[in-house]
Amino acid sequence: MNSDHIIGKSVPRKEGRDKVTGKSEYVDDMVLPNMLFGATVRSQIPRGHIRKITFGPGVAWDEFVIVSAKDIPGKNCIALIGDDQPCLATDVVNHPEEPILLLAHPDRYLLPKAVQAVSIEYHPLPGVFSIEESERRTEIVWGKDNIFKTYMIEKGDVHGIWAKADYIVEGEYSTGAQEQLYIENNGMIAAFDAAQGITVWGSLQCPYYIHKALMALCNLPAEKVRVVQMETGGAFGGKEEYPSMIAAHAALLAIKAGRPVKIIYDRLEDMAATTKRHPSRTRHRTAVSRDGKILGGEIDFTIDGGAYLTLSPVVLSRGAIHAGGPYYWPSVRIRAQAVATNAPPHGAFRGFGAPQSLFAMERHMDHIAHTVGLSPIEIRRRNFLQPGQATTTEQVVREPIDLGKLLDRALQVSEYHSKKQRFSGENQSGDVRKGMGIAAFLHGAGFTGSGERYLNSVVGVEGCADGNVRVLVSSTEFGQGTKTVLSQIAAEALGLPYENVSTAQPDTLEVPNSGPTVASRTVMVVGKLVQSAALGIAQTLIASGQLHEGYSPDEFRTACQQHVATHGQFRCWSRYEAPSGIFWDDEKYRGEAYAAFAWAVYIAEVTVDLTTYSVSVDDFVALQEVGKVLHPVLARGQIIGGVAQGIGFSLYEKVIWQNGRMQNGQMTNYIMPTSSDLPPIRVFFEELGNVHGAYGAKGIGELPMDGPAPAIVNAVEDALGVRFDSVPLLPEDIMDGLNKSGLAASSPQNNASSVGGDR
Amino acid sequence: MTDPRQSQAKSGISFTVNGEPREVRAYPMERLLDVLRHQLELTGAKEGCGEGECGSCAVLMDGALVNSCLVPVLQAEGASIVTIEGLAAGEQLHGLQEAFLECGGAQCGICTPGMILAACHLLNGKSDPTLEEIREGLSGNLCRCTGYSQILEAVQEAAQRRKSA
Repeated sequence: MNSDHIIGKSVPRKEGRDKVTGKSEYVDDMVLPNMLFGATVRSQIPRGHIRKITFGPGVAWDEFVIVSAKDIPGKNCIALIGDDQPCLATDVVNHPEEPILLLAHPDRYLLPKAVQAVSIEYHPLPGVFSIEESERRTEIVWGKDNIFKTYMIEKGDVHGIWAKADYIVEGEYSTGAQEQLYIENNGMIAAFDAAQGITVWGSLQCPYYIHKALMALCNLPAEKVRVVQMETGGAFGGKEEYPSMIAAHAALLAIKAGRPVKIIYDRLEDMAATTKRHPSRTRHRTAVSRDGKILGGEIDFTIDGGAYLTLSPVVLSRGAIHAGGPYYWPSVRIRAQAVATNAPPHGAFRGFGAPQSLFAMERHMDHIAHTVGLSPIEIRRRNFLQPGQATTTEQVVREPIDLGKLLDRALQVSEYHSKKQRFSGENQSGDVRKGMGIAAFLHGAGFTGSGERYLNSVVGVEGCADGNVRVLVSSTEFGQGTKTVLSQIAAEALGLPYENVSTAQPDTLEVPNSGPTVASRTVMVVGKLVQSAALGIAQTLIASGQLHEGYSPDEFRTACQQHVATHGQFRCWSRYEAPSGIFWDDEKYRGEAYAAFAWAVYIAEVTVDLTTYSVSVDDFVALQEVGKVLHPVLARGQIIGGVAQGIGFSLYEKVIWQNGRMQNGQMTNYIMPTSSDLPPIRVFFEELGNVHGAYGAKGIGELPMDGPAPAIVNAVEDALGVRFDSVPLLPEDIMDGLNKSGLAASSPQNNASSVGGDR
Repeated sequence: MTDPRQSQAKSGISFTVNGEPREVRAYPMERLLDVLRHQLELTGAKEGCGEGECGSCAVLMDGALVNSCLVPVLQAEGASIVTIEGLAAGEQLHGLQEAFLECGGAQCGICTPGMILAACHLLNGKSDPTLEEIREGLSGNLCRCTGYSQILEAVQEAAQRRKSA
């Protein structure tokens, strides 16, 4: 066996060379012969009945392929959790970007004008545009009551705690929609042929989600639907479910046209029509003892799902389970609901509900600290979950995690105490105020509860004719390093050099369904399956006598070549099996919510300018326990990138809505951080290992999205002594807050306030 | 996407691309980006926003860094253009490409061609930039994956290596 470990080494990214030389093929780079270009005619109103469609003058309509709902061979829906979202609206529209018609033409420049020339008359209905309006139920826009899904998590006796409380601390917190803003817009190409069925190539995260949606839509059997992932220019959850819609549209046009059709969204269409992070509102009511111990509480967590169900139940679930943070709650009642509005459906975005509920929890911890008269440090220390204690879903912490120690290290590397001391002096005068903020949190990796069992993922590893090894998964690469790390895992398991192993491009003709590439599950769950399928390859060769234990890479190559020459295709499979002793109750929402949690303490240092009210993050410490780091460069890249998105979520990225439609769908007016806006993001790992993950790994992709918003807003409060409970927190919000609190810029000497002390 | 053919007829435009003289027939107001991608099949330049905000379509034109989505091809007449495809010398990667690979400067890769060309432009003007100068120099190129740190490190690394080479 090769004694050099590949795990833990920063080996070169598999597809890296193509990316730095411009050779990688993204969907818009692909051209098929006779290809048409497709475009989407969308609703112009948020809600109403379609009365009449007119194809206006000035367009040679006979040159266009035109598709409406009546051209759909199968069911008019984008099959996901529910079937409520039509592929093309027929009678009713429920949001202002709802697709109604599709057009295709060989000349891409003629499409925008044609889309404009279609006029649609409506009988408008009143719309619902906020959580509060939806809850009022004056208008019912979905189901019987505007509610997509509710969950209740109950632990202990909440009823009895209020009388025992020394303090009852209440708060309401909200977070806005956030656009994923991958730099590559969504796009798909479809081709149809009666014998082979439909093939789509595209920018996507989940090949088998699209496969399922196209089977239902086109009324085709599994073998006549093929989905191929092209190189994908960022996703972050934004290419989890909406690509099924675009693939469906391209497929319908291709079927009708009898020619391949490419649909590429421009930035405006991508921003306006595709999914965003769910806006949220969280209410906390917490009973606390004199010494700062949480006795129990109630948490009401509500998200705005937009017009259709899509993934809202799952986002809601993760948000609800994370709502209690990394703290011990002797009793708690968490009520969660996802409500309908007439906006385009909100969807998956890194963190998936957890950044929303954890923002509330970590802001609320600072309020509890202020109320009780403890520091933000001490209030957390006194309530951290300890090994042996149970989470809000009664999941017992079995690993030896010491959150106090994580906190100590984060305080030390951020120089928290000395900076706090310095700022309390400096904040007495001048035009700026500085502050420090802490967020402690956890993030569960993999699907929630019984989710992984339902997914029932399968992974293949192939011994190839040339003696090399290929990993077969539907898990996609879109920046995280999927192909690199899965190849590392297989190479390590087989004792082969990294160069001898590759990971196949996801193509449903070739690869099994290893589940969607979401939920920080790829390395931990899929990686573990790759490890065992790879071992199957070695065991088969050894059992057949073609290889002996302790083989060299050359011996492996020869044996593998011989095996393929003798027996033909040589593949081993591994299917997910739930770890024993894992219990989850879907009814009561109780039990082992996740196979592993990653744990983190983030600390932000900010400066607030009292003239412009702008906030700059000056330093950011991201410390986390993630099991084992399999590839240091990629892991650090995940954390820094996630923190950067979290800083955008906190301070820059605001979706401006008008009647359910995004008004600022451009990069000029929806602002994400540039290289000049970000502080040094300092990443620190602790590694405890994880029995359920490949080589001890836990998931890390989503974790870094959870901490920045609360850490930064806590720091702003620390700087100004004024409470802010919403993100994004823009300069105008800070000005408002200071004005309302009477601490306007005219009297900066009054602004300084060291909140909660520092101990 | 506006139709570039509204006013004038196609005309011949000559320029140098990655060291080779090229001639295309194009509408004067066609975007340089489209001519590169569709006619010359140089798809390394990407369209991220179509309005000069993201920099993923950046190329070098007579040594200047331009967003090719904002350049009418007419303007490129006689110019010397360098795209990402022209940076490596055969199989030998440019120092910036190597450093991006090693330091984790490329994740999803979509901003990478523009980012590397912006870095190239920066280092051509300043062989030993400070971190602040690199931040400033790349601030016209958006990256959603990396949070930029590993890109900045890659540029520093490439500058260092070039100095000690």
